Amino acid sequence: MQDLELIGGLLSVVGAVFLLLAAIGIIRMPDVYNRMQAGTKATTLGSILFLLGIGLANPDWLGKILLLVLFIVFTNPISSHVLARAAHHRGIPLAEGSVRDCLSDDEAGEEGGCE
Amino acid sequence: MANQLFYIATAIALLAVVVAFLRLLKGPDPTDRVVALDGMTITSISIITAAAFFLGRVIYIDVAMVYALVSFLGVVAIARFIERGL
Repeated sequence: MQDLELIGGLLSVVGAVFLLLAAIGIIRMPDVYNRMQAGTKATTLGSILFLLGIGLANPDWLGKILLLVLFIVFTNPISSHVLARAAHHRGIPLAEGSVRDCLSDDEAGEEGGCE
Repeated sequence: MANQLFYIATAIALLAVVVAFLRLLKGPDPTDRVVALDGMTITSISIITAAAFFLGRVIYIDVAMVYALVSFLGVVAIARFIERGL
């Protein structure tokens, strides 16, 4: 029982570190798309670890917490996708080091290369 | 021991909310602000669940679930507004 709480605490600390890295990525990345990348993937992983850590420390709540984790896993990529699409339609340019804009290529009707 | 670990994790998550809030203040474009807000709400869900653990009340997990639902709908609505107006 005590061991499980300890493991849960460690897992939560690791998840919180991922959340902090995501926030640092949000503030330091050069353009909207990179910020979205950092802000979505890292927060998803961080919150999964954090919530699972709490679920391990208190196994009675594990069902509800797994439901919450499942919800986050399903909805976070969708909101990020919708936001990226909106930003692209708005015409926000890519950062300077970017190599290729596949969505613009697709809309212009060019073939191949973006698999 | 385990409780201290959860306190440390909550403190780090609160720091993450503060750091993401700087981007919300600064962001040159509305999309930047929405991205920062999305990160802040996902982090807040973890913090609400930690509050449920500290206070020993399972009802706060339901609060976190509703918060996740509302934040998802809010982000999608704002993104549609940015894309094509109301």
